[in-house]
Amino acid sequence: MTTVLKVQDIAKSFGGVQAVRGVSFEVEEGEILGIIGPNGSGKSTLFNCILGQLTPTAGTVHLDGRDVTALRPSTLNRLGVGRTFQLLQVFPQLSLRENLILAGQEHRGSRLGRLFGARDAGLTGDADRMIGFFRLQHLAEAKAGGLSYGQQKLLDVAMAFMAGPRLVLLDEPAGGVNLTMLGTLKERLQALNAETRTTFIVIEHNMEFVMSLCTRILVLAEGRLIAQGPPAKVRSDPAVIEAYLGH
Amino acid sequence: MTRLHWTVILLALLGAVLILVPLDLTGYGIPWSGLKRYGTYILTLWLVTAIAAMGVNLILGYAGQETLAQAAFLGIGAYLTALTTKAGLPFGLAFLASGVVTFLVGILLGFPALRVQKHYLAFVTLAFGVLVWLIFRNEQWLTGGVMGISDIRRPSLFGVPLRHFINFYWFVLGVTAALAFVFWWIIRSPWGRAFTALRENPVRAESLGIDIRLYTLLAFAIGCAYGGFAGALYAPLVEFIDPNPFALAQNFLFLLMVVIGGAGSFAGPFIGAAVAVLLPEWLRFAEGYYLLIYATLVMVLMAFAPGGIAGLFERLFSARRGASAEKPPAPGLAPASQEVAP
Amino acid sequence: MTDFIQLVIAGLATGAIYALAAIGFTLLWQTSQTINFAQGDFVMLPAFFALAGMTWFGLPFSVSLLLAIGLSVLLLGLVFKLVIVDPLISRGVLPLVISSIALSIFLREGTKDVYSAEAQPFPALFPDVIVSIGGVSVSLAQLGVLAVAFCTIIALQWFLTGTRTGRQMQATAQNRQVAQILGVPVERMILYTFLINAALAAMASLLISPIYLAKFSNGEHLGLAAFVAAIVGGFNQVRGAILGGLVVGVVDNLAAAYVSTSYRQAVPLALLVLIILFRPQGLLGRKEERAV
Repeated sequence: MTTVLKVQDIAKSFGGVQAVRGVSFEVEEGEILGIIGPNGSGKSTLFNCILGQLTPTAGTVHLDGRDVTALRPSTLNRLGVGRTFQLLQVFPQLSLRENLILAGQEHRGSRLGRLFGARDAGLTGDADRMIGFFRLQHLAEAKAGGLSYGQQKLLDVAMAFMAGPRLVLLDEPAGGVNLTMLGTLKERLQALNAETRTTFIVIEHNMEFVMSLCTRILVLAEGRLIAQGPPAKVRSDPAVIEAYLGH
Repeated sequence: MTRLHWTVILLALLGAVLILVPLDLTGYGIPWSGLKRYGTYILTLWLVTAIAAMGVNLILGYAGQETLAQAAFLGIGAYLTALTTKAGLPFGLAFLASGVVTFLVGILLGFPALRVQKHYLAFVTLAFGVLVWLIFRNEQWLTGGVMGISDIRRPSLFGVPLRHFINFYWFVLGVTAALAFVFWWIIRSPWGRAFTALRENPVRAESLGIDIRLYTLLAFAIGCAYGGFAGALYAPLVEFIDPNPFALAQNFLFLLMVVIGGAGSFAGPFIGAAVAVLLPEWLRFAEGYYLLIYATLVMVLMAFAPGGIAGLFERLFSARRGASAEKPPAPGLAPASQEVAP
Repeated sequence: MTDFIQLVIAGLATGAIYALAAIGFTLLWQTSQTINFAQGDFVMLPAFFALAGMTWFGLPFSVSLLLAIGLSVLLLGLVFKLVIVDPLISRGVLPLVISSIALSIFLREGTKDVYSAEAQPFPALFPDVIVSIGGVSVSLAQLGVLAVAFCTIIALQWFLTGTRTGRQMQATAQNRQVAQILGVPVERMILYTFLINAALAAMASLLISPIYLAKFSNGEHLGLAAFVAAIVGGFNQVRGAILGGLVVGVVDNLAAAYVSTSYRQAVPLALLVLIILFRPQGLLGRKEERAV
């Protein structure tokens, strides 16, 4: 079992506010790791520190043994880290397929080659395969801005996977999604994980979603890691219950 | 007839019209006596302005940055071409050099400015524009100062002299068409997709591996190069250059004309350039008021039609075709990312 | 040496005026993400309100001054916000920036057409009497300008830090969402920033027009000075705008004396380029986090 991600003593403060205080954990290849915690526990800040959106005040992040602390998000992405967003961030003016091609194009060939090469950077096939996997064929040409919320969520996830990443961080993927779509989403994520052995880290509020999807759970409260383990163990951990009820 | 067919037909028609319009066609039974020298000059000026506007369009409409130095880059191209052709350099090389030099200056200028906050480029280009104009005005030994450089010869193409105003017009038309094609190619390539991404949603683009700093820099530098190319054509067009056309106010006007035409659309710069070149002519009677009208027009457009004139046409056509209930997004300036409550 | 000190004092006087313009500009940017490219013309215009009051309506100078400040707050503050900024702010920053550029041209050309293209003398608020302090000759007018500008700045600082409304404004400027959650009436705070900006611009106008003469084209130079001051000082702080303004004023004045007049304009601009290259957060600014 190889360690894909190693987070050590990550801390982040904004002015006087300590959002994250010394969090450390490791993620093994193929795991689906869930991170839960009450509002304000520092989950998003932790995510953003790992992803290079924020520079941690202290601590390191290692990807496959390589120090990637505070690298720019685009660099991290090219090293094999993808992410989805809590607030939907597709490109509304482009078609669904175009969105996917965009998501993969920086990983194909050289930058100069892309100027003179094919319009789609040779990605139409891959995009269509992804569209098929998420069962969105009938919407391939539709402008992404016109899709329903749930469909945009699926597109968001699909985009994160276009470049065949090693590690994908999903920021509240279940937020605002109706029950049926939620089932599809969970099922597709599990299928992806089984097929590609991609490692997932998921922040979620939806307990049922996270407990049924993830193989291991971390619990954050007030910027600290207070519990970790398989879903059943975490669910019954008194410290975790206290953290949620105490708020 | 698909949209592609219509576009090709329209372009062919437009090409034919543009080629024939300065000529006297009465001998062929067509009631059109052609444009005189001044009319053809205006048309040529429109093309040159449109090239510079295409550059601004790339920077503003596709990469989402404000540039306030396009007139300065035009000036650099113009002075460079004037000086080198007078020293004996063939026009073709001067033209290329203008583009290359302005591209490199764009890279140098953009690199530090884009490392920091988004709107810094506006101020850096503003400062640069003023600095460059000061150099044009003060360095008499190089640029002739306020007296400028006169007697700029028009080039010859494969031995055919382009001195005559119609020949020169056709030459500029050809160059404009070529540059427009290059622009179209860039926009349609994966680079163009990256530019759209960084305008619509730079955070998302970064997370997909798109190096937004580099792409913004490239868009900026290419846009500046178009300014240089326009300048290289401007010098032989007017045959005399002085610092006036490259003053601070002109930089603002280039930005505004692209907005009026429609930033982020292909036809936008051409429409905007037409407005910019023709409005002072039509409003001759209004003398100094044309700038006032111009400014009011822009403010009104921004409030009701940020897609500019091209955007208005776009909306007209989609309304005719029976648009979906979804309001069609305006090209260029309107923000596209949608905020959804968590 | 005394020459140098005189130049510095003169520079501080104009610098304090630039600071007023830069503070308003920075406040607008901080609270509502508005980049007001017409800021320079906001500083040009109020003097013309006063002139119009005197020449068209025969009002005495003091009344015209009040008229100028009142009209500025109304037109350049309230009307500007309601008519130009509010409809556009939902469309993102770019259309607003473009509109402010258009507004700048509109105000400039409008003044030229409606009033005059000629530079107009403007009555000074203080007599131009030279006094000698420790061997250095200073103009009373300069001291007066410095005094008024500093009083205004101190009053503003007191307002921002000492009153509840002022602190609410600061909260809005630093983090709008948090301020909203804390119950700050954010919309009203933003309105206040616009009104304050207009008032500061009016003050700057009345102080600088005696020195520069009132001319429709002043906006160009004043706007550049305000932008450079704001960036040099540190775009995200009011203190930065004050320091930036003073720096620009002094540098500008020293350049006028020691650098050839034809390149005088270039010196503050060169300062801008240097700051952006080597200390982009400005002299007093904090390093910005990357946008999330």
